[in-house]
Amino acid sequence: MNKSLAVAAVALATVAFAGAAQARDQIRIVGSSTVYPFTTAVAEQFGKAGKFKTPVVESTGTGGGFKLFCAGVGPDHPDLTNASRAIKKSEFETCAKNGVADVVEMKVGYDGIVLAASKKAKHMDITRQQMFLALAKDVPQGGKLVPNPYTMWNQIDPKLPAAKIEVLGPPPTSGTRDAFVELVMEAAAETFPELKELKKSDEKAFKKAYSSVREDGGYVEAGENDNLIVQKLDANPNAFGIFGYSFLDQNSDKLQGSMVDGVAPTFDNIAASKYPVSRPLFVYAKKAHVGQIPGIKEYLAEYTSEKAWGKTGYLADKGLIPMPDSERKEWAAKINGLEALKM
Amino acid sequence: MAENSSLVRSTPAAMAARLKRRYAAETRFRLAGITAIALALGFLATLIFTIFSNGLTAFVQTSVKVEVAFDPEVLGIGNDRSPDALAGANYGQVIKESLYKQFPTVEGRSERRELVGLVSSGADITLRKMLAANPALIGTTQSVWLIAGDDIDMAMKGHISRTPGADGNRLTDRQLGWIGDLERQGAIRKGFNTTLFTTGDSREPELAGLWGAVVGSFFSLSITLIVCFPLGVATAVYLEEFAPKNKWTDIIEVNINNLAAVPSVVFGLLGLAIFLNFFGMPRSAPLVGGLVLALISLPTIIIAGRAALKAVPPSIREAALGLGASKQQMVTDHVLPLAMPGILTGTILGMAHALGETAPLLMIGMVAFIVDIPASPMDPAAVLPVQVYLWADSPERAFVERTSAAIMVLLFFLGMMNLAAILLRKKFERRW
Repeated sequence: MNKSLAVAAVALATVAFAGAAQARDQIRIVGSSTVYPFTTAVAEQFGKAGKFKTPVVESTGTGGGFKLFCAGVGPDHPDLTNASRAIKKSEFETCAKNGVADVVEMKVGYDGIVLAASKKAKHMDITRQQMFLALAKDVPQGGKLVPNPYTMWNQIDPKLPAAKIEVLGPPPTSGTRDAFVELVMEAAAETFPELKELKKSDEKAFKKAYSSVREDGGYVEAGENDNLIVQKLDANPNAFGIFGYSFLDQNSDKLQGSMVDGVAPTFDNIAASKYPVSRPLFVYAKKAHVGQIPGIKEYLAEYTSEKAWGKTGYLADKGLIPMPDSERKEWAAKINGLEALKM
Repeated sequence: MAENSSLVRSTPAAMAARLKRRYAAETRFRLAGITAIALALGFLATLIFTIFSNGLTAFVQTSVKVEVAFDPEVLGIGNDRSPDALAGANYGQVIKESLYKQFPTVEGRSERRELVGLVSSGADITLRKMLAANPALIGTTQSVWLIAGDDIDMAMKGHISRTPGADGNRLTDRQLGWIGDLERQGAIRKGFNTTLFTTGDSREPELAGLWGAVVGSFFSLSITLIVCFPLGVATAVYLEEFAPKNKWTDIIEVNINNLAAVPSVVFGLLGLAIFLNFFGMPRSAPLVGGLVLALISLPTIIIAGRAALKAVPPSIREAALGLGASKQQMVTDHVLPLAMPGILTGTILGMAHALGETAPLLMIGMVAFIVDIPASPMDPAAVLPVQVYLWADSPERAFVERTSAAIMVLLFFLGMMNLAAILLRKKFERRW
């Protein structure tokens, strides 16, 4: 027994140190869960071609992805990171500080954020201003901010349905929530004179006003799992949900997307930038790893090929909204030339 | 007052009333217990029912019969018959051409796209395998059952409505018509879903399998067992049989009990700091996963081991020592064998606990999209609960049933491990 114990321990130690010394022959990607479905689809196609191993893609969230990505250069650190927003200046500086000098930015396409409900519910046509009134913790009324008094949609505007305000959406840790706050709440807040004033006098208080979502039951944090929201909407026709366009696309027989500012959340409207609540998605690559880890250049080439991110490419089937032709061409040239990002 | 009540107590009528109240109280107490059990069973039954009703259909997979013409021109290989040429041939085009031929009336780009959507984008693998096994098929036409696309599969299983004209249906009326045609010709069928058990993860639901995760779980648990069984048993034996009773052993004991209650994600952070950052082990590897899971199940095994050792009667020890055995001989020859069934039961339950963990694995990068089947504990791998988590988060409709199927497979393994624990206990347990 003692002997086998010792053998096991020695074996384990050898394996561990052999592992540490081993170089990596497989691309590693971390980052946003929103970009994950697209990056994995490309990874799978790339692996299927058989020349390189299929890249490993972790879903860590945008912020977590940058933290890992910017930690350093070498086989212990990931090669690419997914992001549902552009890299922040602070993150770029962290990268540079840790020796990750040249970062190649790749804009992948767009994602729409939809407000959707069951098909059994009445169709809703809402403005971003009305969404703010329905979801903010404090709303401007008579020149000052008061705790949100609205409990029914038709109290905000008689044209909206006579139903209780009940919206299921992502928690603050989610990138979808960040984008929703920026594209809907912040944009709407600037249209109210009271809040505009506040922005001039106290930027911090303004930020707090638009990013605080009501906590009295009108907005329910439904966790990061968008499928769960879809199932809940199906069961409760009075509720609305906030999630990425691809989930609406996959469940279009059960759900309908509400029109925002008079525009329906359709593939064409988001691609044409008509739909207001959409955001670009990014992937960042480490230039220093090109040539060290096999296949990075080829992976980027696969991502930027027409059969992947083109109008009828397989990423569009997965729910990605492609960029317009000219923009795609421009980015493809930049990416395949490994042009480093400057900030 | 006291006198009064003692008087009251003595009358037979009051006694009968009190007796009745006590019986009633007991009935209520039992009812509360039964309600609690019924509630728990009800929840369990609902859970099992939902999982099974959602997931059973994932064990079958729709396929479509296509007359495939292996035309060397379309394959783009000319006269080259080398394995390399066969591996790189354009099988997708062969499938497309064959479908166009089977439905000659279909014309126009978007209609043809819909037609090609009948068959999975991964169906070319089937053809590649066929030709690799038998290159003589080139130039011939074969009827081949190809995996259907996920939306077709969902429609065949009734998860998507097949009434034409429905608003927002993911299948067009034309596609629904083709499904009808194929059904009449007997060229569409549902068969056992072998893909689910033979391949790794995929972004296409109809190609996604659990095998990668099963192998990953196997490697992780093997490492866990190798590490924590000897460590756990040694600790339990020392603490129970050899350690002097003093302040230090008390502190150690309290700490082990506390460790058993530490949230598992904390162990993940520990693993990240020690195994990845300090020792520089690879991310996402079952080796690291197994070590982290070993940390989690170690306290369980130590506690179960000590309980099993404690259950061996002192008379055994005294008899061994009395016959001149050394303390070590007494432990290894007498106490440990008698305690082994209990220790093994505890170990299996600890391993079953480890099998269901995801939170600590998030920290060490095992929650990841991994297609390749791991060949060793050093290769990146996912584990079963991670696969459940990843599929549950995927937008494609067909992943809903596959998530439930993955849960069923996980439950099956957990059930088997628990069953093993029960059988071991039944077979070897000794009562004194």
